[in-house]
Amino acid sequence: MTTTVDKAAALALGDDALVLAQRLGEWAGHAPVLEEEVALANIALDLLGQARVLLSLAGDEDELAFLREEREFRNLQLVEQANGDFAHTIARQLYFSVYQQLLYGELAAGDGPFAPLAAKAVKETAYHRDHAEQWTLRLGDGTDESRRRVQAGLAALWKFTGEMFRPVEGLDLDAEAMAALEARWLAAVTAVVEKAGLTLPEGPRTGAWTAGAGRQGLHTEPFGRMLAEMQHLHRSHPGASW
Amino acid sequence: MVTTSRLEEELAALAGSVPDPELPVLTLAELGVVRGVRMLAPGRAEVDLTPTYTGCPAIEAMSADIERVLHDHGIPEVTVRTVLAPAWSTDDITAEGRRKLSEFGIAPPRPHSAQGPVPVTLSVRCPHCGSTDTELLSRFSSTACKALRRCTSCREPFDHFKEL
Repeated sequence: MTTTVDKAAALALGDDALVLAQRLGEWAGHAPVLEEEVALANIALDLLGQARVLLSLAGDEDELAFLREEREFRNLQLVEQANGDFAHTIARQLYFSVYQQLLYGELAAGDGPFAPLAAKAVKETAYHRDHAEQWTLRLGDGTDESRRRVQAGLAALWKFTGEMFRPVEGLDLDAEAMAALEARWLAAVTAVVEKAGLTLPEGPRTGAWTAGAGRQGLHTEPFGRMLAEMQHLHRSHPGASW
Repeated sequence: MVTTSRLEEELAALAGSVPDPELPVLTLAELGVVRGVRMLAPGRAEVDLTPTYTGCPAIEAMSADIERVLHDHGIPEVTVRTVLAPAWSTDDITAEGRRKLSEFGIAPPRPHSAQGPVPVTLSVRCPHCGSTDTELLSRFSSTACKALRRCTSCREPFDHFKEL
């Protein structure tokens, strides 16, 4: 059993969860119906719980969340993308929750330092994935408008999905294992998209825009504004507590 | 071989008797979240507590309540450790806990079949009228651990402690 935690890996997985939790939290007060308001907040809360455990493995959770600069974050570019409309958020949820569930499943099956958290979180992400899949089906099989919007969301985020399968520094999953994960992800996403009567986007899933990418601290334009909102209270009132 | 002393058993029973901060009809023992109590030295106890969901905000209130109860029992130094493995499951809720949930108006979780997923055909019974004719409104509800359902017989909405 490996007991030493690689901090780079804890940051990568922790930042994915933290940043997506913040994005989903932005829906509070704006979701189309009350049930979705509650659902998105619950998913955000699960992710925030995972982020707290993971960031605590890498250092002080508050310092890491609130006092790092943009270039020090290691999250995927996918999770930092702005919410867009509800269908756009669902497309992001579909891509990410399928990835996260497969990744946690792999980590839970091993005996590495992330196995205990992964074994717990994989059960939570099963609900996130189900939520995203059910909504993709409803939007794809809904009206012309809902189908147009979810198709646009899937297309816009497609180019950020390749980054998910680059080996993460400090995780016991090599390039081969990540390639196997990618094949399973593609099969699962394709199945949902086709069942929803939608088309899988065409075009490359990585490219110059992901050069270095989020895992190396290179982020897209919306991320800076998101961080400013997330961090300004803590930075304006250092040491404040409830 | 780790043996449990009579004092440790007594403290475990006390920690387990603390009510859940969000579902006060249940005790922590009925919820299945107290994993063990150890005396590290005279006057120094350590309690293992596991969260239902990783992000469950009630865990801090639970820790504070356990510390208070054990302090009141004459243990000056109490540490509550959060443990993740083995992961908590709704199967850890005791039979008495399930009965109390139902009485409180929350449909209890269905048991998992061996290791597999919950068969979707198993119906969730309405805690108000007992009908099995109920429908899912949302997989997410007032807390992370519940789903929102509605009874198609008596038309009442109700929370269902969803399987984990």
